[in-house]
Amino acid sequence: MSIAEDRGADPAPIVDADEARRARARRLDQIGKWTLPALVLLVSLFLWDRVVVWNEIPHYILPGPGLVFETLIKDWAMLFDAALVTLQITLMALAVAVLGGVGLAILFTQSRWIEMSFYPYAVILQVTPIVAIAPLIFIYVDSRIAGLLLCAWLVAFFPVLSNTTLGLNSADHNLRDLFRIMGATRWQRLRYLQLPSALPYFLGGLRIAGGLSLIGAVVAEYVAGTGGIGSGLAFRILEAGYRLNIPRMFAALILIAGMGVIIFAGLSFLSHMLLRKWHESALKRER
Amino acid sequence: MMAGGSARATRKRQGTNLMPSQTPLPLGARPELLKMEGIDKTFNGDVVALKGLSLQVNEGDFISLLGPSGCGKSTALRLIAELSHPTRGRITWAGGHDTGDLGVVFQEPTLMPWATVAENVWLPFRLRGASYASVKDEVLQALRLVGLERFQTVYPRELSGGMKMRVSIARAMVTRPRLILMDEPFAALDEITRFRLNNDLLALKEKIGCTVIFVTHSVFESVFLSDRIVVMAARPGRVIRELTVDESYPRDEDFRTSSDYAAHCRSASDALHEAMGIAA
Repeated sequence: MSIAEDRGADPAPIVDADEARRARARRLDQIGKWTLPALVLLVSLFLWDRVVVWNEIPHYILPGPGLVFETLIKDWAMLFDAALVTLQITLMALAVAVLGGVGLAILFTQSRWIEMSFYPYAVILQVTPIVAIAPLIFIYVDSRIAGLLLCAWLVAFFPVLSNTTLGLNSADHNLRDLFRIMGATRWQRLRYLQLPSALPYFLGGLRIAGGLSLIGAVVAEYVAGTGGIGSGLAFRILEAGYRLNIPRMFAALILIAGMGVIIFAGLSFLSHMLLRKWHESALKRER
Repeated sequence: MMAGGSARATRKRQGTNLMPSQTPLPLGARPELLKMEGIDKTFNGDVVALKGLSLQVNEGDFISLLGPSGCGKSTALRLIAELSHPTRGRITWAGGHDTGDLGVVFQEPTLMPWATVAENVWLPFRLRGASYASVKDEVLQALRLVGLERFQTVYPRELSGGMKMRVSIARAMVTRPRLILMDEPFAALDEITRFRLNNDLLALKEKIGCTVIFVTHSVFESVFLSDRIVVMAARPGRVIRELTVDESYPRDEDFRTSSDYAAHCRSASDALHEAMGIAA
């Protein structure tokens, strides 16, 4: 791709067989991208429904998709409130993960000593399952919100930290030399060279962290297990389980999955918007 | 780094405008800019990259460092740029220098992909704290000199290899440095682009009146561009011969096909063979 090349428009574009095949493949790709998953969904829902009807499975064991949908509508007010609570914890945890992850990554790249001192502990926090840590957190942290937030943060911050550290260290070595020759200060090098170099890596980590902060929030809610006002979707699932209200469990599950998809899509869109002008990952090329 | 000398003071009086400068003085009459004396550079205690390198660089020189791989050409440039320090010997600038005295062009264009062409050229000013508005004229003038003024808002990915290299050259000269170091800048380009950039580089040098140290593997390129060719041998890296190409500038395509050019190429080629023979 080069703007140096002649852009003069040919009055009668010649479309050869290869071009036509590529254009057809592109059109099919565009259609297939949406219709195929929708088709799989419809077939799965149909089979699910038939399995329930043909085997006369009671709704407290496996409700049909129709009943789940009905429950979703009927319990919408309660489930939506719960979803907002979970979403709030998730987004707050993600925000803290970004601040903590990027902040630590910057500290690590400014000083090898700090990195050597703290990186092993970041890894230990990451590899220890959150379900094992969460009960302890709720013993020592009085505030329920703070406890949930801490759990979700512990799960989510590592991908941001690890990717951003990698990105900050991946600045082109010739550009580093150039900054040195031009007498750049440490702050200028960070701002004008390392942070932009790290942006694609950071955004990759952010997309993973988005999903993980939702997982962290849900797991923490399970462990916290307190009800009443301010309870999130995970608590609603637990509660519905105790009451054998399986359709509500499914409805809450659908909301959690939907929330995860929306978070991922939102972060992917953000990534595309920030990188679309210059980064290889966001550029469309002819195949 | 020491305080600025008279040459820099003169340049500062002129501002950073990239205006045509006066014709360089004849080879023997140019004032000294930089001197490398008895430079040794050893890596890891036993790899001798340079041994006893001495070189005086004068204002207005176009010096090519020519030699086989591993002869320490790039190491010499890194030492001048203070990216590393000599194991022995010293490098002194006549009248001292500061960061604005040096421009560098690498083998790769080394542009910031996230920044537009104009933002890339603005970088040396930006690191000195100058806003874009305050140096916009200089940036655009530098881009005009390399023929890319129309592409100021374009991102590097949209440019061809030759155009990227032009941006890199514009960035190196936008602050009007006294010395530009070029480390095989055209090695990765095709022959036609390379010839064109050789011509443009000479025209630019004439316009901004700087000194150039140019690392190359190519005998033809070194003869076309330089008025001094320093031939180096490897293991250990050292100077074995210095040739002068005392032909007037501007040099054009006629020079490339002249008998004088062929004779200089023959001499440089013989010296290069000698360098490789010594290394073998």
